[in-house]
Amino acid sequence: SWEMDLVEGRFELKEIQRLEGHTDRVWSLAWNPATGSAGIPPVFVSCSGDRTVRIWQQSGLQSWDCKAVLEEKHTQTVRSCAWSPSGKLLATVSFDATTAVWEQIGGDFECVSTLEGHENEVKSVSWSASGSLLATCGRDKSVWIWEVQPGNEFDCVSVLQGHTQDVKMVQWHPSTDLLFSCSYDNTIKVWAEDGDGEDWQCVQTLGESNNGHTSTVWALSFSPSGDKMVTCSDDLTLKIWGTNAQRMHSGNGYAPWTHICTLAGYHDRTILSVHWSREGIIASGAADDAIRFFAEDKESSVDGPSYKLLLKKEKAHDMDVNSVQWSCMVRCTSYNLGPP
Amino acid sequence: MTLGLINANPVVHAKKERIARSEDVHPADDAVDPLEIYDILLSLYLFSLSILDCSFLSVLSEESITVDEKLGRILITFTPTIQHCSMATVIGLCLRVKLKDCFPPHFKVDIKVSPGSHANEESGNWKLEPSFFSIHVASLSPPTILLNDKERVAAALENPNLRQLVDECIYSNEL
Repeated sequence: SWEMDLVEGRFELKEIQRLEGHTDRVWSLAWNPATGSAGIPPVFVSCSGDRTVRIWQQSGLQSWDCKAVLEEKHTQTVRSCAWSPSGKLLATVSFDATTAVWEQIGGDFECVSTLEGHENEVKSVSWSASGSLLATCGRDKSVWIWEVQPGNEFDCVSVLQGHTQDVKMVQWHPSTDLLFSCSYDNTIKVWAEDGDGEDWQCVQTLGESNNGHTSTVWALSFSPSGDKMVTCSDDLTLKIWGTNAQRMHSGNGYAPWTHICTLAGYHDRTILSVHWSREGIIASGAADDAIRFFAEDKESSVDGPSYKLLLKKEKAHDMDVNSVQWSCMVRCTSYNLGPP
Repeated sequence: MTLGLINANPVVHAKKERIARSEDVHPADDAVDPLEIYDILLSLYLFSLSILDCSFLSVLSEESITVDEKLGRILITFTPTIQHCSMATVIGLCLRVKLKDCFPPHFKVDIKVSPGSHANEESGNWKLEPSFFSIHVASLSPPTILLNDKERVAAALENPNLRQLVDECIYSNEL
């Protein structure tokens, strides 16, 4: 875990602690949104190629403990993990083609549901803002939407075909029920329920003709206001996209997303992860072992928003940075960023 | 196994003068010996000759291997004789597994699968950026894209059948 400070106008990133436990690469992590405030110590989850999931909790000012190891469930790499908005449920997805849903009962985590359906590796999972929908995606090129029913039952409500390759990540929009997916086919797709609420369909594809990426898109993240998103790619760029927020929330049809700008020349290896903090800082994790921060350049005279590099932390890890995630905690000017 | 094209005369360019190396190779060594990589490629070539009717590697030479020790980057290019994506991918996976133990962990390895000159439909702009051996250019072959996608490689190596094939390839010929 890391802490960032603003020192004499310059950002610095300091490693707080190196958390050991996993015996294979750590692919993903996620902060529990119900922790880190109101006296509840922050908690995050990590998942790994060692087939386990670990829960970490802050125990002191600069120290973290592993509170639980969820093992003997997934039979292959656990690729991604996500907490429900309430923080009560945890979804983990695996190369074993399953999605496991866990609930903390007493001191332990129990697997309360296993979702099957994908034909092969499941790569990402995301809960909708209301917590009533869950989305997964994988190498079978499909995106699945599940509805959460009482008693921890999950019904598949739609299997979305459209991507022509492996789908790397799914992410629900923070304030509307729009689902975004990004893929090995170089595109980002937006999915919405049709007018009748009968089924889901692709309402937009952001590809090369929209100034889109020219190689695998690995991840996407929304701005705090939800009217912008950043995507990262094997094409070594970050792209910022935007929409008309008013129209998006008005309910009068779909508000399309358009390309705002491309951040090129900052990365020389695949960008695996990106996350936009509540304070407006974009963090990227790349295959050159570095973490980089970007923010809007308010002083730029260029037409339209432009972004600048705030900080580059080389050798942040000994190997690729697979996942970067801002916590929701803000203590003065410190930010906690939890990498694998 | 019947194969589409039989390359009766695969070309293996003669290695430049070989320097005797000690048997004692430590992964922690900072010096990366391109000859070592060449040995691995050559062994894979010989392996494919010994168990198959022909080799999948047509052109193999020291130019296939580029090392930048300062940046910690390695680029390996090989050319399969047969335009059969799945076999090129298996060879590439064998390379990845074998090479993982050969270098310090911070070294990044990129693998490029070049189509042969007769594969018109797959040739494209094979521009390389020499400054950092970027292979992030248009028209990369499907096996290249796959072999440089760490997630696809990791998942492929968790497939028991594929893993067994890769292990046989690596261990049976004492690479």
